[in-house]
Amino acid sequence: MAATDPVVVPQSLIGQRIPKLDAPDKTSGRTRYIDDIDVPGQLHARILRSTEVHAKIRSIDTSAARALPGVHAVITARDVPWQRPIGVAKDHLPLKTDRVRSLRDEIAAVAADTVEIAEAAVKLIKVDYEPLPILSDPLDALKPDAPLIHPEPRGEDVGPHLKPGAPVAFTGKPDNVAMTFDYAQGDVVAGEAESDVVVEDTFRLHYVTHCCMGVSGVIADFDPKGNLLLYSNTQVPFLHKREFAELLGIDPGRIRIIQPPIGGGFGSKLDIYPFEPIVIFLAQITRRPVKLMFTRTEEFIASPTRQPVLLKLRSGCKQDGTLTFRTAETLHDNGAYTSWGATTPFVMMQTISSLYRVPHCQYHTKAVYTNNPYAGSFRGYGNLQATFAVEAHMDKLADALGMDPLEFRLKNAQDPGEVTPQGMHFKTCGLKQCLSTVAARSDYQRKRRENAARWQDGNPVKRGVGMAAMLHVGGGAKIYPSDGCGTILKIDDFAHVTIITGASEIGQGSETVLSQLVCEELGLTLAAVTVVNNDTDITPWDVGVHASRTTFIAGNSAIGAARQAKAKILASAAAKSGLAAEELDLKGGHVVRKADGERVVELGKFMRSLHFTDKAQLVMTTFYYEPPSKHQDKQFKGDVSAAYAWASQVCEVEVDTDTGIVRLIKVTGAHDVGRVLNRLGIEGQIEGGVVMGQGYALTENLMVEGGITRNPNFRDYKLVTAPEIPEMDISFIETMDGEGPQGAKGVGEAPAICIAAAVANAIYNATGTRIYAAPFTPENVYRALHGAAEPVAWNAA
Amino acid sequence: MSIKVEIGFKLNGVACRISVPADLSTLRMLREELGLTGTKYGCGEGECGACTIVVDGVTMNSCLMFAADCDGRDVVTIEGLAASRRGERLREAFVKHGAVQCGFCTPGFVVQATRLLEKHPQASAAEIQRGIEGNLCRCTGYRKIVEAIADAALPDQ
Repeated sequence: MAATDPVVVPQSLIGQRIPKLDAPDKTSGRTRYIDDIDVPGQLHARILRSTEVHAKIRSIDTSAARALPGVHAVITARDVPWQRPIGVAKDHLPLKTDRVRSLRDEIAAVAADTVEIAEAAVKLIKVDYEPLPILSDPLDALKPDAPLIHPEPRGEDVGPHLKPGAPVAFTGKPDNVAMTFDYAQGDVVAGEAESDVVVEDTFRLHYVTHCCMGVSGVIADFDPKGNLLLYSNTQVPFLHKREFAELLGIDPGRIRIIQPPIGGGFGSKLDIYPFEPIVIFLAQITRRPVKLMFTRTEEFIASPTRQPVLLKLRSGCKQDGTLTFRTAETLHDNGAYTSWGATTPFVMMQTISSLYRVPHCQYHTKAVYTNNPYAGSFRGYGNLQATFAVEAHMDKLADALGMDPLEFRLKNAQDPGEVTPQGMHFKTCGLKQCLSTVAARSDYQRKRRENAARWQDGNPVKRGVGMAAMLHVGGGAKIYPSDGCGTILKIDDFAHVTIITGASEIGQGSETVLSQLVCEELGLTLAAVTVVNNDTDITPWDVGVHASRTTFIAGNSAIGAARQAKAKILASAAAKSGLAAEELDLKGGHVVRKADGERVVELGKFMRSLHFTDKAQLVMTTFYYEPPSKHQDKQFKGDVSAAYAWASQVCEVEVDTDTGIVRLIKVTGAHDVGRVLNRLGIEGQIEGGVVMGQGYALTENLMVEGGITRNPNFRDYKLVTAPEIPEMDISFIETMDGEGPQGAKGVGEAPAICIAAAVANAIYNATGTRIYAAPFTPENVYRALHGAAEPVAWNAA
Repeated sequence: MSIKVEIGFKLNGVACRISVPADLSTLRMLREELGLTGTKYGCGEGECGACTIVVDGVTMNSCLMFAADCDGRDVVTIEGLAASRRGERLREAFVKHGAVQCGFCTPGFVVQATRLLEKHPQASAAEIQRGIEGNLCRCTGYRKIVEAIADAALPDQ
């Protein structure tokens, strides 16, 4: 092979602003979301939901619905005796048998020729209810004489509605407590005894919901052999394959999930919800493809919420500012069924125990059944709630000591190398840099002093600054037997690379960042890559999109596959060129000499030379990455993530004390992201997260009263709109994590976590009034400022 | 099941004749009868802007407009904008500035921005923010959308 001109080595792709690969299609309306897909011969489904919050079902009359022309099937629990309970605690039957426990409950479903016919048929179904007492407050549900929301099934419910021997949705709980979590380290009594200052408060965090712009939907289609093809919005396709297989009693290998691009996820698509099995049942019964799309109202009522929490926190410190202990007692309104919301204590306790160094710590949670909507997983996963309380106490303790809150935080902040009593090992930790950076860039200390001096100046419009910090998993989270992801990588005759990854693209930009990482290894441009990531018959296993894990886990997996391909290419090129493999590299679409960048051969040409010989070889590699993290033990101790992400944010607010209106003026953030991979993508994640946090803090409130969602529409459920966004000043702290792909750590959830906490601290700095219940809507703030707020009280004992 | 109405209108510059149920929305006509799925259903009650189209030069929530009312009008959807110079520029700016994540709201924003820049070619950032307040985005936090529109507003280099 003849050496040619040296290659002009393109700069590294890492840290560049890389436009998303799917953006050209998305901007031109070409992207086909699930709502845009129609399968020939498909029927349309609608679901009849309960009109009662809590009631026994005396009878269901579907005769008129069945008689309607164009109706192919009407099903109730009676028609699907093989159905099995779904969800995290398997306490939820897709179609309800003897009772409804919340307003969203699915009673019957119709498959018809058109959506209109299906809707008309649903309206013809008559349900006779016998109302039961409504439990809409977890405290009421805990009372000894409270009626059971999940009593042991009797009579009808163990009769024709369920197949004998099939599991019933009864978990055997003697009361309304769905789950409990207990964590302890050290001795909180001793910790309190050595404290000079102790504070205790109760905080209340509200219902919000994901509001994905694309509503939920699914298409189910069985082939004549009984294999199921599901078009699904799931963000955990491989786990769902298994769950659907269990539900149907078939081999998981007979289920194929295709994931069209999704209109937003944010954690909402991490669980199975009843509509999915119901549509599968309809497809099974009608032997036709069946499609269901939610209405927006249905999306508000019947998709998950963020976990509402009542949280009592007791914290102490010494006169020198050293934290001594923390005791947290939380009450989770589980809603009528158990989804991931109940398990947010996994994350909450990490913030309680390990965001700052606390020697003695105790944490207890009860998740309690009520007749309210049930909470799922939502970006941040309990961390917004825990951080809200912890960061309020960091300010309160600092104030009690007369210490600057920044100095107080820095004194107690974690350092790199720390192994916390909960077992988390912070191999990289930029918390102190994050805190110092946001303080300096926002002029936090000066503004805070000056704002506090103006509380009594008579001006009704006040300014405030507030600080908060956060810790979140940044290298996956080992909550399943594996936290891994597989990659298959092939390079064709033209040096075009196909990355087949288990990682789902949910809008966050994973396919772009994976392409970038692979191109960096193989010395190619992004135009040379295609990503295949949405078909379980093709893609290798992945645990799913959650825990801010995709860039870290799928990124390491893609790099592993690319390195193997590179090694194979260089070994073959060495054999042909007479140079050692170690002397060769891949750059600018060529095999080059490492020492001087001299071109050895164009990569496409070389690939063809590998293929078209009598000893043809393909370059196709596989790699499975399993992070070096551990399961927590039964005491919730263990190094559950391969890396941890850190951030701090300062929020500056303006409070109109006459109206209670709080405007978020500016957010100054610093994020320890390990390393910036795609600067455009990471900015987008952070800006979007900040504004989602802003909504949680200020505008969003799913108003659930007596089990009824009062504002299931965008008119009354206020998402932040474009004119309301704050100025954002974002800094990246690059700690170059040794395990991370090119040094990066996860970031997806981090930016939403601190905002409500920092805004609460800022409102205090502006007004001298601390508000313990979110959101800070004008009414709530006005009431708090004028002594008319209902105090947040909870006798946890 | 309902009475059908025969209508004729210009769709993305091309004459179109179609018979539609009297109670059908323009959104559903575009998506289900005409196969133009770039216009999205987000809420069905005019609150999210995902279904924004241009009718006689004015942006409309197509979910709130009867298909029958398209009769005699000039209707432009995201698919039609793809062919226009302004649309092209905006789409490129959205890509370049990272104004797209899940992308579901994006066609509505591009359509709204097209109209905004036609009316206010020199729109300031604050005017752009006002001009897109009827469109909801859950992913981006809007900043990159505003930057993209501002960039597309600039005269050619």
